[in-house]
Amino acid sequence: MSAHSHAADDPHAALEALKETSTGIENKKLAMWAFLASDCMFFGTLISTHLIYRKIYPDIVDPKAIFDIELTGFSSFILLMSSFLMALSVSAAHKGNIKGVRWFLGGTIFFGLIFLCGQVYEFHHFVTDFGLTLSSNVFGSTFYVLTGTHGVHVALGIIWLGSWLVYTFTDRYKAEHALDIEVAGLYWHFVDIVWIVIFTVVYLVEYVPFLT
Amino acid sequence: MATTADVENVTHAPAEPARTGLWKRPLKNTGLVGWLTTVDHKKIGILYAVGALFFLLLGGVEALIIRAQLMFPEQEVISARTYNQLFTMHGTTMIFLAVMPLSAAFFNYIMPLQIGARDVAFPRMNSLGLWCFIFGGIILNLSWFFPGGAPDVGWFAYAPLTDRQYSPDIGVDFWIMGLQILGIASLVGSFNFITTIINMRAPGLSMMRLPLFTWMTLITSFLVILAFPAITIALIQLMFDRHFGTFFFNVEGGGKPILWQHLFWIFGHPEVYILILPAMGIISEILPVFSRKPLFGYPLIVFSGAVIGFLGFAVWSHHMFTTGLGVIATTAFAFLTMLIAIPTGVKIFNWIGTMWGGRIRFTTPMLFSVGFIWMFMMGGFTGIMHSSPPVDAQQQDTYFVVAHFHYVLIGGSLFALFAGIYFWFPKVTGKMMSEFVGKIVFYVMFIGFNLAFFPMHILGMTGMPRRTHTYKSGMGWEQSNFWSTIGAMILGLGVALFVIQIIYTCFRGRRTNGDPWDARTLEWVTDSPPKEYNFAYTPVVHARDQLWENKHGPDSRKMERIAPGPHGIHMPDQSWWPLILAIGLFIACLGMVFHGEPAWWGEEARYGLGITICGLLITLGSIYGWALEGPGGFHLHPDPKEYDGALPAPESSHGHH
Repeated sequence: MSAHSHAADDPHAALEALKETSTGIENKKLAMWAFLASDCMFFGTLISTHLIYRKIYPDIVDPKAIFDIELTGFSSFILLMSSFLMALSVSAAHKGNIKGVRWFLGGTIFFGLIFLCGQVYEFHHFVTDFGLTLSSNVFGSTFYVLTGTHGVHVALGIIWLGSWLVYTFTDRYKAEHALDIEVAGLYWHFVDIVWIVIFTVVYLVEYVPFLT
Repeated sequence: MATTADVENVTHAPAEPARTGLWKRPLKNTGLVGWLTTVDHKKIGILYAVGALFFLLLGGVEALIIRAQLMFPEQEVISARTYNQLFTMHGTTMIFLAVMPLSAAFFNYIMPLQIGARDVAFPRMNSLGLWCFIFGGIILNLSWFFPGGAPDVGWFAYAPLTDRQYSPDIGVDFWIMGLQILGIASLVGSFNFITTIINMRAPGLSMMRLPLFTWMTLITSFLVILAFPAITIALIQLMFDRHFGTFFFNVEGGGKPILWQHLFWIFGHPEVYILILPAMGIISEILPVFSRKPLFGYPLIVFSGAVIGFLGFAVWSHHMFTTGLGVIATTAFAFLTMLIAIPTGVKIFNWIGTMWGGRIRFTTPMLFSVGFIWMFMMGGFTGIMHSSPPVDAQQQDTYFVVAHFHYVLIGGSLFALFAGIYFWFPKVTGKMMSEFVGKIVFYVMFIGFNLAFFPMHILGMTGMPRRTHTYKSGMGWEQSNFWSTIGAMILGLGVALFVIQIIYTCFRGRRTNGDPWDARTLEWVTDSPPKEYNFAYTPVVHARDQLWENKHGPDSRKMERIAPGPHGIHMPDQSWWPLILAIGLFIACLGMVFHGEPAWWGEEARYGLGITICGLLITLGSIYGWALEGPGGFHLHPDPKEYDGALPAPESSHGHH
């Protein structure tokens, strides 16, 4: 139809054509929102498991003695800043600024990698210096599986964004792929928001005097 | 519809699609390749139905062996261990491999037609859901062929019985990974259906004009995406307990087995509504057609469905009344459970109101529907009985509970699904199933079902525990068990007759016109069976029962049609990737099952994780293949006679490709 003939020369028309649904929201975006709703329940289950066992066994470990809150606080800040860069990538993609897309995506991936390295270091530190493993106690089980699942989400996000970064260097990249970058961005922001929750209820709460 | 504007891949039929992946995309839409690579929601729906009916028969045979064992006291037809495996596999198979996929078959086939769409929003993802279902069923049943055999822990697999210490064999690992891959099937399907229903409705088809079945598909899909994560995580935690030494449910390390019960039923209770809401949707389509009246109280039925779905998340602990939750929790969950009787009762009264004063035709689908109302009510009444904690304490783990959930799952879900098959069979194949044989099937099933399950109420009340391999004579349970087994055999006969009738009708059935039932909704507007592109035009909807208005309504409420544009109708290309991705997941899951098992070439060798990594690499590779080949597509030009007299496509519209 006319959409296709327009699309080749007018990138804006191609993006607008994707909005011609019953609600005006693109299909891919709507499906991603549904997935994120579902992912909330995945993390909700893991976080509840951690908190329940933390409440049942308050003295099984002293997390404050193990956690390195400055380091984790720093890597949490870096992850938050990656969300900022992600928003700039999406904005650049919608403006057709392909150079901007590359720089900001690269930055998002770089910050995501810093966060992941922080987590790998943290895990290594906990295992070697404190002997906290998956099977040392319930705290170890819930902590590693919860933060590990989040780490897998970040890693998959990095692979996803990295693939788009490579794609922008090929001649297959078209302006309407701004939607795909936006959808990947939704995922990335969600993973960040989940980390804010995890950082609060797993780490910060341990430092609130009247709770411990 | 414009799901995907991957412009350069769009070519005009019959030109070959561009070579965008590792290989040329499959073009042939017939034969084995056509079925394996299909992205057509109708073919996917048929494959779902065939798979589900196969597993229905398998689960049915398992049930019959169980009943044979219980026919007389102190028998040893099968060993106690085999008995445990059979009731575990019977429950798991019927829920995850028979009833859910049979509902999914209707979601796939009927829902896009009811909303006037060309296909679902993501055709290749739809195909992925299908293959994950097939491979999940294969993984689960592969367990029979390995040492130790099938899982024997019950379909809800309570901890700590599933612990490595008490279940050292790999049956439980097969169960975990089988359910995990079936969860993926349900989740990707549901994301797709939600997007399709919200976003791809025909012009004029507002939410409150949606056919009831489409509404229930939407609500069920929301239940799936919000309930399945709980069991996915619980299964991951169990897998970690069994393979990596964690203590989630392991008492020795401080784990609490009750946590499994909570997580399982947070999924498990919405799950029973996942099984019954599609059935209620089907009933709400059939009753108006054969009563020749519009559905009574349409908005109330829609909202009741939504309320049932919502409350379904707040009642899980009524499965755990006897675990000692404390007075306040037990009272709250009992109260919320009783509340569910209200929206359910509202629905039943509305169905009765639909029939009231109608010119009723007792066809086979109608018989099954009326049977549904009656039998589902019986199951509902016993459900209200054990919503009361003291009563539940008496009935917990007795045959009374078995009677209850078979009344809602066979008399409820399965009767409605059979009603749906009889109703939509002419839509799918263009052939009528014999009414005479259909009625025989109904009465045989109805009698067999009640004979099999009604005595179980009495068995339960007189104290017979469920899941016991045998029982002593002289307990007063001989008569009821004997007749129950006879009833189960009659029920089995009815299902066998039904399957024979389906196969016969496929080959020898009488051809019929597009609208044999004098139906009311959009799916009957187009051909039976529908062409590949469903509608040759874009329907413009003006009323709730659009086909009925087309036939009998005023001109202002008649459907309009918009002709396709000069480029014809946009069709997606077929693809190998969904199948390959599912195979990757299958291999990864098998690797996890065998993780920790010694290899056949030496006691020390471990190969499980290696296989898992290979499987995950295949999965990742297929995701890239999938993304790089793009949705593709070509244009079809339907015969102009099909949209004769339709409005011309507006110049600005990109709508119906």
